[in-house]
Amino acid sequence: MNQFMHDLLLVAKKDLRIEIRSRVIINQVVPFALLVLVLFGFALDADQKTLRVFSPGLFWVAVLLSLLLAIQRSVSLETANDSLTGLKLAGLSPAAIFFGKSIAIFTQIVFLELLLTGGIIIFYGSVIEDPALWVVAGLVTALAVSVTGTLYGALASGLEVRETLLPILLLPVLAPVLIGATKAYSGALGETISNGWQWTGLLSLFALIAATLGSLAYGVLVEE
Amino acid sequence: MDVIELRGAMVFLGRFPALAGVNLTVESGEIVALQGANGAGKTTLLKLCAGLLPLGSGSGKVLGHDLFTEQQSIRRSVAMLGHTSGLYEDLTARENIIFWAQASGLDKSTAHERAENAIKRMGVEERLLNLPVSRLSAGQKRRTSLASLTVRRPELWLLDEPHSGLDQDGREAIDSFIKEVVSVGGTVLIASHELDRVSSLSPRVITVAGGIILEDEDQ
Repeated sequence: MNQFMHDLLLVAKKDLRIEIRSRVIINQVVPFALLVLVLFGFALDADQKTLRVFSPGLFWVAVLLSLLLAIQRSVSLETANDSLTGLKLAGLSPAAIFFGKSIAIFTQIVFLELLLTGGIIIFYGSVIEDPALWVVAGLVTALAVSVTGTLYGALASGLEVRETLLPILLLPVLAPVLIGATKAYSGALGETISNGWQWTGLLSLFALIAATLGSLAYGVLVEE
Repeated sequence: MDVIELRGAMVFLGRFPALAGVNLTVESGEIVALQGANGAGKTTLLKLCAGLLPLGSGSGKVLGHDLFTEQQSIRRSVAMLGHTSGLYEDLTARENIIFWAQASGLDKSTAHERAENAIKRMGVEERLLNLPVSRLSAGQKRRTSLASLTVRRPELWLLDEPHSGLDQDGREAIDSFIKEVVSVGGTVLIASHELDRVSSLSPRVITVAGGIILEDEDQ
């Protein structure tokens, strides 16, 4: 167990250090996500009241689109110089690699959610009425999309057309998460009458199942 | 002691038999050169010996571990330098070497100690150690890769075209490294196009073609 945690933290710290060093998240993913929020505003040609109603859905669509970039980046770290072979030869357990990479993506998504929260408050004039629900639903959803994204990133990593195939494979699977997270955030914003905590419970179940399946399947996917 | 022992080893990539019945014995302390055209099966043979590809049929042992059932044990005991560096471009050379030391299960202090020893051994210049790998030359990247592998103290080295893309100094550094590995009891299997270069290192040259060993000669 100690070795598992050592390997998991080693991979997570390595991925995060690379992201901090390369500034891809700061320079590319964050501006992209904020741009999506702004473009939604233009596209809907709406006043702030309408945007406030739609802001939970727009928030999570922006997160999912940004997630795709983060996943592509996470996969390319291991495939660019075939470092994945090195990880296999070093004897790291596939589950530790899976959770390590998931934690790194989870951290980036939580950071992105913080900035996007500021974005919808500033651009859409949203007001968070249930901060606890907002935080818990945000964390649970970040976990669900991170583990699912890491698994599908590995699935697509061996394919020549992974950049275009990943969204086609991943987004339909994450559709239930998008629905649940939007309902939970609608409750947190008080825009609609929805039981946000129940939706958060469902999201937790999704995250648990995805994490379990991911840890079991990752080893098979990364083997040649 | 036989480090590699293959009997009728076959490896399938999909339905294609990339190795079609290889018999090979390599003893401890040997340097063995593999030569052959592109697609002959040299890299496949190295990957099989590293435990990275499954044995389709036949039998085989690497460092006493069975290729069918003990692939994980084999992986931990070998070092493989492939066509790519295996390094993370945004980390510095030193961070890469320490990462790979820790990835092989070493605790932090031992990893740092071994990394510094490997850096000295491979002659990676101090001024380059804190630069991102993306800014290093091909030769320096190769030295960093070898340093990253050295920290694991492997018994068997599998080198796939180790001289490619290097200048004269870089090539000589690789040659010196190979001789040093063998002088301390290691075993080296090198796949290369450069017959003159590898035959100066190794008296035993194996010619691979069409997934089989065509010739195995001591010169």
